[in-house]
Amino acid sequence: MKSDPKGVLTGSHYMDGDYACCEGALAAGCRFISGYPITPSTEVVERFSQRIPLVGGIFIQMEDELAASIALQGAVWAGKKAMTVTSGPGFSLMMEHIGLAAMTECPCIFVNVQRGGPSTGLPTLPGQADMMQARWGSHGDYEIIALSPDSPQECFDFMIDAFNLSEQYRVPVMFMMDECVGHMTERVVIPKAEEIDIVPRKYTKKKPEDYLPFEPGPDMIPEMVKAGDGYRIHVTGLTHDYKGYPVMQADCQEELVHRLINKIRLNADKIVRYEEKDVEKADVVVISYGITSRVVVEAVALAKEKGIKVGTLRLIVVWPFAENKIRELANQGKALIMAEMNYGQIYYEVERCAAGKVPVLLAGHGGGMVHQPEDIAEKIMEAAKCLSQKN
Amino acid sequence: MSVAEELEQAVQKTNKISTTGEHPMEDFLRMDRIPHIWCPTCGIGVSVNCFAQALERCEIPLDNVVVVSGIGCTGRVAGYVKIDSYHTTHGRAIPFATGMKLANPKLKVVVFSGDGDLVAIGGNHLIHAARRNIDMTVICVNNFNYAMTGGQIAPTTPQGALLTTSPYGNYEAPFNLPFLVESVGAVYVARWTALHIHRQTDAMVDALRKPGFAFIEILAPCPTIYERRNKFGDGLDRLRWYYENSEIQHGADTKNVNIELRNKIIVGKFVDKERPTFLQSMNAHFKERLGDRYQHYEG
Repeated sequence: MKSDPKGVLTGSHYMDGDYACCEGALAAGCRFISGYPITPSTEVVERFSQRIPLVGGIFIQMEDELAASIALQGAVWAGKKAMTVTSGPGFSLMMEHIGLAAMTECPCIFVNVQRGGPSTGLPTLPGQADMMQARWGSHGDYEIIALSPDSPQECFDFMIDAFNLSEQYRVPVMFMMDECVGHMTERVVIPKAEEIDIVPRKYTKKKPEDYLPFEPGPDMIPEMVKAGDGYRIHVTGLTHDYKGYPVMQADCQEELVHRLINKIRLNADKIVRYEEKDVEKADVVVISYGITSRVVVEAVALAKEKGIKVGTLRLIVVWPFAENKIRELANQGKALIMAEMNYGQIYYEVERCAAGKVPVLLAGHGGGMVHQPEDIAEKIMEAAKCLSQKN
Repeated sequence: MSVAEELEQAVQKTNKISTTGEHPMEDFLRMDRIPHIWCPTCGIGVSVNCFAQALERCEIPLDNVVVVSGIGCTGRVAGYVKIDSYHTTHGRAIPFATGMKLANPKLKVVVFSGDGDLVAIGGNHLIHAARRNIDMTVICVNNFNYAMTGGQIAPTTPQGALLTTSPYGNYEAPFNLPFLVESVGAVYVARWTALHIHRQTDAMVDALRKPGFAFIEILAPCPTIYERRNKFGDGLDRLRWYYENSEIQHGADTKNVNIELRNKIIVGKFVDKERPTFLQSMNAHFKERLGDRYQHYEG
């Protein structure tokens, strides 16, 4: 299926990441945003509130993030593609409803334009410290998908991927931007609608009497219906059986929750996405995502000047994690550096997958500004040194 | 009309909705989930029965009706009605319903939940949905306590009432719900008790037909906890108490309808007025500002 041209602003534009995120959502078919203002994400909903009356759809500014993060799920069950947009403090408030979306398999998008935290932190300055919260911030056990763009162009392009993944796996997708990417203005090329592939919602063709709303298909994903279609379904955040009825028993919990986990984990190879450069001949590989990957380019140039063989691995899909790739790099004996704006979140995953085979260093800080390239370059030298000592 | 007569009439009306000759509520309930979890003589089931009759009288196709509930005893209503039904998170039934109504305005959206869910944890959403005049019916079953968790005080608990977290009596001032929702813009506000079966059903019919935010408070016996701890007897005793202590005052000033532990209770239809709904306002406003560029929104 191709994109609806009504929402596609085909052409070459000069816009910031927040605006591009909004345009990506419109191109992906999003026609409902329930939002709540928070810096540095607000421009996404400002843009949407301006555009949507002309495109056909609805924007509502809710009374808080709890409301915003569940109003969109009402809209999804009524047939819309929908998202909400926030930053750290609002993301914390949305956690309960990320769990609801995971449990009820409600396809929807949570955009988090990350700022420095914890708490109110640094409203106008960047951070990348909500990555673990994006994965498991709600209570209970579940899996989500998270993408991280590093430019306004990617804010547009990856939004479409985010919506498509969300529909394909019936899972909430976290769109993990940061203040720099959100407020950075660059060229954004929006293709023609007929060049944009859209994954439609998987509605059932079964008759109401044959349909069970939470019976998984061969791909582990149940088919959906809309409210008002005559199927008279029941949807609950309680542990439920194929009918959607609550069942307070361990075996039902095991079947349901294990499937929620497995539909992502067993498809991880299909979902995981990264970009690598000069990795094959590298002694040291710098791993990063989001805005930090743009600083890594400069750091790598500095290290190369010193004669170090450095490659880069940029995570595009951060969750599920590129475990196999990290294991492969570790088995090849490459030292690894994790560069991120926190004191070690994805770093722990890298360290886990490297399993002590190679040195793993963190180039991290608490946020507020991007890394200094020299600081990452220094880690590269340190890693190269560790590696030579080890060898 | 005596209590016995009211009950008899209700039974007759209920029987009318049976099409199979089996259970009179069979068309309306998920019979594979019966028996329900509500205690004997609890008032919630009465409201569900009245709701079924109200839908029948409004002749709304059941496929178009959506019930959204939060968490708690009344929150379980969504699980028993055989229509599209969504059992959401604690306090958030109204914003979920808001999203659903705005996404598909053709749906008849009903929020069925309890006082703790709608007014304490969900209080912010209640006042904002009323302010926006979202076109929905909110049925708030008020049993004066958090019953599902074993009987703690709620923002509706009358002063002096004994509950598990007010072992020496409640000293907090409760909300006067009709006054609260009227003051923030609800276009229809009524209060009845589980005894007032016809009037409760009539109110639901009114509310379902009313464009905009319609709110019905139903006072319901909680025999296991609230009535027992406060020496009101069982559910039937409490119905007798309602019979003796309810006073119907249609159009009463909602400022004066607050509830005290053992004083008479004012019931009736307090508010019934006109005001543009959220979507009516939105469409009219954008049409005026944007002219033909505006894509008229119908879902």
